[in-house]
Amino acid sequence: MMGYLSVSLQPRAVNVDLQTDATLQVDISDALSERDKVKFTVHTKSTLPNFKQSEFSVVRQHEEFIWLHDSFVENEDYAGYIIPPAPPRPDFDASREKLQKLGEGEGSMTKEEFTKMKQELEAEYLAIFKKTVAMHEVFLCRVAAHPVLRKDLNFHVFLEYNQDLSVRGKNKKEKLEDFFKNVVKSADGVLVAGVKDVDDFFEHEKTFLLEYHNRVKDASAKSDRMIRSHKNAADDINRIASFFLKVSELFEKTRVSTLLRWLCFVLFHLIPAQVKVEQLLMTDVSSHLLQKIEARVAADEDLKLADLLKYYLRESQAAKDLLYRRGRALVDYENANKALDKARAKNRDVLQAETSQQLCCHKFEKISESAKQELIDFKTRRVAAFRKNLVELAELELKHAKGNLQLLQSCLSVLKGDT
Amino acid sequence: MADTARDPPPEQTDFQELEDGEDLFPEPAAAPESGPASLPAEDVSTNSNGPKQDSLFDDDPEDLFAEATEEVSLDSPERDVLLSDGPSPAITPITPPTSVITPRIGHAHDDMFTHSSFDEIEEEEGGDSFDIHIAVSDPEKVGDGMNAYMAYKVTTKTSLSVFKQGEFSVKRRFSDFLGLHSKLASKYLHVGYIVPPAPEKSIVGMTKVKVGKEDQSSNEFVEKRRSALERYLMRTVKHPVLLKDPDVLQFLESSELPRAVSTQALSSAGLLRMVNKAADAVNKMTIKMNESDAWFEEKQQQFENLDIQLRKLHASVESLVCHRKELSVNTALFAKSAAMLGNSEDHTALSRALSQLAEVEEKIDQLHQDQANADFYLFSELLGDYVRLITAVKGVFDHRMKTWQKWQDSQMLLQKKREAEAKLQFTNKPDKLQQAKDEIKELEGKVQQGERDFEQISKTIRKEVSRFEKERVKDFKSVIIKYLESLVQTQQQLIKYWEAFLPEAKAIS
Repeated sequence: MMGYLSVSLQPRAVNVDLQTDATLQVDISDALSERDKVKFTVHTKSTLPNFKQSEFSVVRQHEEFIWLHDSFVENEDYAGYIIPPAPPRPDFDASREKLQKLGEGEGSMTKEEFTKMKQELEAEYLAIFKKTVAMHEVFLCRVAAHPVLRKDLNFHVFLEYNQDLSVRGKNKKEKLEDFFKNVVKSADGVLVAGVKDVDDFFEHEKTFLLEYHNRVKDASAKSDRMIRSHKNAADDINRIASFFLKVSELFEKTRVSTLLRWLCFVLFHLIPAQVKVEQLLMTDVSSHLLQKIEARVAADEDLKLADLLKYYLRESQAAKDLLYRRGRALVDYENANKALDKARAKNRDVLQAETSQQLCCHKFEKISESAKQELIDFKTRRVAAFRKNLVELAELELKHAKGNLQLLQSCLSVLKGDT
Repeated sequence: MADTARDPPPEQTDFQELEDGEDLFPEPAAAPESGPASLPAEDVSTNSNGPKQDSLFDDDPEDLFAEATEEVSLDSPERDVLLSDGPSPAITPITPPTSVITPRIGHAHDDMFTHSSFDEIEEEEGGDSFDIHIAVSDPEKVGDGMNAYMAYKVTTKTSLSVFKQGEFSVKRRFSDFLGLHSKLASKYLHVGYIVPPAPEKSIVGMTKVKVGKEDQSSNEFVEKRRSALERYLMRTVKHPVLLKDPDVLQFLESSELPRAVSTQALSSAGLLRMVNKAADAVNKMTIKMNESDAWFEEKQQQFENLDIQLRKLHASVESLVCHRKELSVNTALFAKSAAMLGNSEDHTALSRALSQLAEVEEKIDQLHQDQANADFYLFSELLGDYVRLITAVKGVFDHRMKTWQKWQDSQMLLQKKREAEAKLQFTNKPDKLQQAKDEIKELEGKVQQGERDFEQISKTIRKEVSRFEKERVKDFKSVIIKYLESLVQTQQQLIKYWEAFLPEAKAIS
């Protein structure tokens, strides 16, 4: 059913406040959803000399984004930076399943029910699609905005190389390896975190981030549940409104029918931003109040908050990773110091120990320097993003509530005025 | 009031009267409520406001009469119009007095030969607005253990002359209500009146209350029941015939009421009822009625459809109530989580904003709860009532079928007896012949009665159905208005909360 979907994109949904400059601008100008993959058209505008042209586009798939992200993570030079979190995998499975079920059940429902459900599911699919495009775009923009990462060679290849990067997804063995690596890492993380840091700033950040991350996780989960409940209630209202419509059809031309259609209209409109009614005929009560129903748009308010929280869940994890790397480097440094002392005491392999100690020291200091700035930037970004989203959330809620209020009041005045 | 004093005459006579051009009715009068000659009007409680109101409440066929208020003479064209609108060829409407061709017209034309008592009642109340208000309140637990019951205070406020006082109250228990209903049902259902059904028994619910669990769900149960009882009484008294019924009056007025034992669920009477119900269901399937009246066929179909749709709707509304409650719980959880997040945020302004957000969400959660209650009490219960009412309506249609069956049966019996008599003619048994002749005479009377009964119940049903439809519109309209008002409140609150929050969000720097 949804074999092919192409979407032209509006200005990206921003969960991060990014300053982009003319030297490097990246966006996703188009996206195509095929059977089981999504193809993103990455569009670059740049004045940098390293690129052959000043404006160009390539087509990339999700795996290539992951490859890019992993290459950052594995690069020792970037240990001192917060690596922008990888975009989540496009997941249309649930939506596709629903569409399939709908197709199978086509015979058992009326034509209107079928068309309506189809519209809803398609709109849901579209919403998920837009979101995944936005997430991928944000990733690229973060990289492009970072003073060091934007110069990365892999990044340039990603942007410019117009052939397939021949990046394949990880096979089973590699995935298993990853899994074990993660286990080891978390164990190590705990160990490292236990080491008290001399630097107050970092000590504070460590405690803060740990708690913050957990709370964001909790808030994100709870907001998801809230959204699901909201959606269930909206589904019910949808069904109720259709029943009213049916009942009103049973009593055509009678006052009951008009009353019920009013109610339908009101109910449909009130489903929180999920269904938009095209035309409003407020004065002519007896005509058709329910015109076309636009495809479902996801509840803007709910998703804003949910998306914001999810994004910062991932970002705070990335920040934690940075702290972990620094902590690891600190431990290594301290171990190297101890080794050096021992070597000096035994007067053996002193040179070796010295070099290794110097390396560790250098590494540690490099990380610390950039980490401090990164964490400060993280805070600024976070505060700005929350502010923007909270303001937008409040404004949207107000807009909807005021619109609904107006609608309800006119309905009431018409209904009451009839007596 | 020639017509009102009459007993229901056979239709032929009336038609002749009509032909004779007897001027039974006064000149067209503008004021709808005046006029002693006002033919029984349908529903005394509506305000007569002229044509505007017609278009509001009348069903489609009646729209014809919307403009009729202005001037209706008894000229043939008008009369033909009125006559031809009758849906049933068997029953020709008499041109009603013009003073009544105001709001009630649509129903008036269906409503010709009614009980004389009914007519009188209508006349009495033609003038006043329907003034009776019943409140059920103060549920009190009486007694202990399994013999405990809830006593409700039933307060009546009225200016109607049929009551001894203007305001009075009595204490009643649930089984009293059921007893009242069963009495009314046995008196009126089989003649075609739609008797409002009583609230359902709930053994589980009552047991909880009896056992003395003072928790949320048993309070809700009591409240639900109280509200249902109130609606039941109001519906019953809105029916002009039931209002005057001595049982109803006794129920509302007398301080002591004989205990209605036959309403107990597990009594022998209860079992008998169940058996009867089953027998009825079987009978219904075997009666094949020759429906000569398209109106009835159409209405029955309509009610079947309505029944199905209403049940589905009711199920959806209950589901909505459930989900809204869930939503409120989840919103509360989220609010707490947001508060925690705000606490751990080290940027002060953002932290404060997040705490504010948490507060807003908490208040919204409360709103959701209130909304869920509104959904429930307004809609869900109303729908439940209507589902039961429609069952009563269907029951009334079934009774009509039974009446028809009885008539047909006696007609067939008559036929047989006539055949037997014819045979007897040829034998020489004068006394047997006489006996046969007597039986035939008796049967003829029965057949006539059967036919009259059938006509009667058909007429009553028509009237009742239009009354029902009108009431339904009013009911739904008032509920919809209340519901919309509750939604308005919710939106206003939402606006208040978010407006308070916005500056906090903007203050983050």
